[in-house]
Amino acid sequence: MPYLDHAATTPMLPEAIAAMTAHLGVTGNASSLHAAGRRARRVVEESRESLAASLGARPSEIVLTGGGTESDNLAVKGLYWARRDADPARTRVLCSPVEHHAVLDAVEWLAQHEGARVEYLPVDAHGRVHPEALREAIGSDPAAVALVTVMWANNEVGTIQPINELAAVAREFGIPMHADAVQALGQVPVSFADSGLDALTVTGHKIGGPYGVGALVLSRGAAPVPLLHGGGQERDVRSGTLDVPAAAGFAAAAALAVERRAGHAPELAKLRDDLIARVRAAVPDAILNGDPDPAGRLPANAHFSFPGCEGDALLMLLDAAGIEVSTGSACSAGVPQPSHVLLALGAEPKLARSSLRFSLGHTSTTADVDALAEAIGPVVERARNAGRR
Amino acid sequence: MTDFPGAPTGPSTGSRLRVLAAMSGGVDSAVAAARAAEAGHEVTGVHLALSSNPQSFRTGARGCCTLEDSRDARRAADVIGIPFYVWDLAERFREDVIDDFVAEYAAGRTPNPCLRCNEKIKFAALLDKALALGFDAVCTGHYARIVDLPGGGRELHRAVDAAKDQSYVLGVLDAEQLAHSLFPLGDTTKDRIRLEADRRGLAVAKKPDSHDICFITDGDTQKFLARHLGTAAGDIVDTDGTKLGEHDGAYGFTIGQRKGLRIGRPAADGKPRYVLDISPVTNTVTVGPAEGLDVLGLTAIRPRWCGAAPVGQGRYTAQLRAHGEEVPVTAEVLDGELRVVLDKPVRGVAPGQAVVLYDGTRVVGSATISATERRNPANI
Repeated sequence: MPYLDHAATTPMLPEAIAAMTAHLGVTGNASSLHAAGRRARRVVEESRESLAASLGARPSEIVLTGGGTESDNLAVKGLYWARRDADPARTRVLCSPVEHHAVLDAVEWLAQHEGARVEYLPVDAHGRVHPEALREAIGSDPAAVALVTVMWANNEVGTIQPINELAAVAREFGIPMHADAVQALGQVPVSFADSGLDALTVTGHKIGGPYGVGALVLSRGAAPVPLLHGGGQERDVRSGTLDVPAAAGFAAAAALAVERRAGHAPELAKLRDDLIARVRAAVPDAILNGDPDPAGRLPANAHFSFPGCEGDALLMLLDAAGIEVSTGSACSAGVPQPSHVLLALGAEPKLARSSLRFSLGHTSTTADVDALAEAIGPVVERARNAGRR
Repeated sequence: MTDFPGAPTGPSTGSRLRVLAAMSGGVDSAVAAARAAEAGHEVTGVHLALSSNPQSFRTGARGCCTLEDSRDARRAADVIGIPFYVWDLAERFREDVIDDFVAEYAAGRTPNPCLRCNEKIKFAALLDKALALGFDAVCTGHYARIVDLPGGGRELHRAVDAAKDQSYVLGVLDAEQLAHSLFPLGDTTKDRIRLEADRRGLAVAKKPDSHDICFITDGDTQKFLARHLGTAAGDIVDTDGTKLGEHDGAYGFTIGQRKGLRIGRPAADGKPRYVLDISPVTNTVTVGPAEGLDVLGLTAIRPRWCGAAPVGQGRYTAQLRAHGEEVPVTAEVLDGELRVVLDKPVRGVAPGQAVVLYDGTRVVGSATISATERRNPANI
């Protein structure tokens, strides 16, 4: 079954399953003071240290969360509240228009309910925010900027942002910056320390770890207002009993994803380039979205528009042929609508709706690409025929 | 991509078909899909998102009814074990059904949007797309029966459950549409369908039936029309033209309506008065005694035949509204229009409604009522 939707989620690594299941049957609340608690605490802290090493961060900078969406919400809302509370004039939020909904809907919520003034940073035709554009947006009123949030790499079209340069601009003005690196981790080098960011979102299930666990890497100076109040387990920023098995599985997956990246990424890129070439050969008028320069996009990502087709029809026909792909981020699945990412890149709604994302991962093989190459031509032809009606 | 050889004449019993099951989230369409799958067809479920209702930053076409309906449909598809997708037909639905509904009311007629939806959406836009994508048939939870004729061809018949029969709203289907339709529920009563849904583990088994117009979520048609058409004060007059009162918009009335006329003065004979006519041009509503509603004959346009068009004059029964009574008629097609003479007068027939002709339980065809012949009020 060719699975070309690793950006939605990717199979768990056997090592991560082993690390996680080793702790499923063991009792112990990591906050308890007795021996069982200490045992659990040790697993969590070792996982934290391992994650920190994988992410180029200090262990104290790792805040474990329930996943990418929670990390994004904590960073965006929490930092906004904290910054505005310190100075009521700080209500500007600078955000890229190609963010994942976990960021986009959070900033829109802040605009609707918390008086935030959201300003979308201009992007080029590949969806990239240029550092000069950020500098210009900060402009004459840097003191009013609460935070900047720009994703490390885009989940739909795979465009990699110049995160270090952007963070340097924000830092120059003393503005905290958050980046969602959910898709970037394991595909491009991600170092929190080198990035100059104040907050970084990562999650387990995109890198071969378990669902439902993620982290917000948070510089020591950053103190977002919590979303979840309670026991204060994670730096008083995030409450909730620590998920020991998930932390262990996440840490194991992150360590392997980072360790294997240098060898894995070029292989993925080669397979991806082959996929792009063969889709183009089968459908000459297919439009590759995102950065055509392989250095500028995630090695596992390919994203096409197929003029005259509906993405949903393409997806269904490929699904019927046993090939699993996506029309965008899985979060919009169920309710078909043009991707906000493609619209931000300047695509017409109709063209945006004609798009498919193919994303590779650690289990991808040439056979997957062969199957797609064989199917895509007839599928596009059929969908195009249906689109004409 | 494998191709699935469908019988060239469309679905017929016995062959394995690729079936697209329209799943509203209700019990009927869920059981219909389950039956089609059990019959050995390769079934794919699809929920039609029919109404664009921007709700959040993520503006989206939400389900025609509610998001819950879409989830119910998805859950039913899971239980049946078939793939499931949501198709956005909101734009087509707005153009072909909602806009038409509003325009018909604005013109003083009384449309049936369900018929229109079957004609233009489910068995047109949806069916066309399904066929183009390689499906052989569309399956719905309508209560009606398709009978395959020995020599080929098909007939549409009333469902065995007379109370649930929906052949009236399917009367717009032509032979080609019928050839690619599947109505697995026509041979069963509704209460048995609910029991069957329960037995199949479908959580929608006890979900209440939907009755109202799906795109008017609060059921208030007048408010919906007022929002789309605005208000326009006009006169309410007697059959002799005497002004009796005023109204906010002629579209707010339906022929045969008795309540809410806001006429201060009672009729001279003390009998209740009913809406007899709506004239959008003069924005006038004419009221009069019940007898003025008696329709003796009618003309209907845009006839559509479920099989061959009838030739010459014929004897049929006619149904003039959903769940309305059946009356014996004589009908014929003249100059592309259907002329119907009723054996006995029927009250409350409004232009815009559909007349569906039956031969026994067989649906012959349908047409949209354009004019009615009534007793001259002066003779009442």
